[in-house]
Amino acid sequence: MKLIYFAWLKQRTGTAEEEVTPPKEVTDVAALLEWLKSRGPGYAAALRDLSVVRVAVNQEFARLDHRLEPGDEVALFPPVTGG
Amino acid sequence: MIRVQREDFDPARETQALVEGKHEIGGVVSFVGLVRDLASGGAISAMTLEHYPGMTERKLAEIEAEAHTRWPLAASLIIHRYGRLEPGERIVLVATASSHRDAAFEACRFLVDWLKTKAPFWKLEETPQGERWVEARAEDDRTAQEWAQPKSKPEAAE
Repeated sequence: MKLIYFAWLKQRTGTAEEEVTPPKEVTDVAALLEWLKSRGPGYAAALRDLSVVRVAVNQEFARLDHRLEPGDEVALFPPVTGG
Repeated sequence: MIRVQREDFDPARETQALVEGKHEIGGVVSFVGLVRDLASGGAISAMTLEHYPGMTERKLAEIEAEAHTRWPLAASLIIHRYGRLEPGERIVLVATASSHRDAAFEACRFLVDWLKTKAPFWKLEETPQGERWVEARAEDDRTAQEWAQPKSKPEAAE
């Protein structure tokens, strides 16, 4: 699974992009975020308040209960501020 | 038509190219977004726009397609820049053209409102106190939400 981080999520996790293989019990977005928090203090800090974290799976906005597949591209970012 | 680019654009030339040869068009409305030197938190000297290549183009194309289902547009264009921009520089161009002005005005407003809340761009401001990520405004969400249901009258008379 490919993870991509943008804006302050990239800064706080110290990661722009990474390939991960989460444990089998990680079947949806909510479980992925929980698992990511356990990967270090930067991740825990970045994901402390999920109300300001948005998730896209394969470049479409996804909810916490969205089911994940091994080949998915999952992006984590704050609410958008373009225009 | 969608373009996501680092380079500046010429609004007059882009608008002209959009309507060129399409003589059913009675009006074109364009919006140009600029970098301000003052943000909610005080003065800013520059901002850097980050985006999600791939998803950005996809979302902008979806938003544009939605505008075409709601209004009888003859042509439309969205150009959004990324990278470091200074106050006064252009960020975004939205142009809509139609036989009649109502559709062009409404669709332009719709596109600007929706892209602010649905296209994956993020602004990092440079301030005297350091760098700061711009937070999404609840007001922008509310404005975008007002367009959730089509409310236009595409056949409105001139």
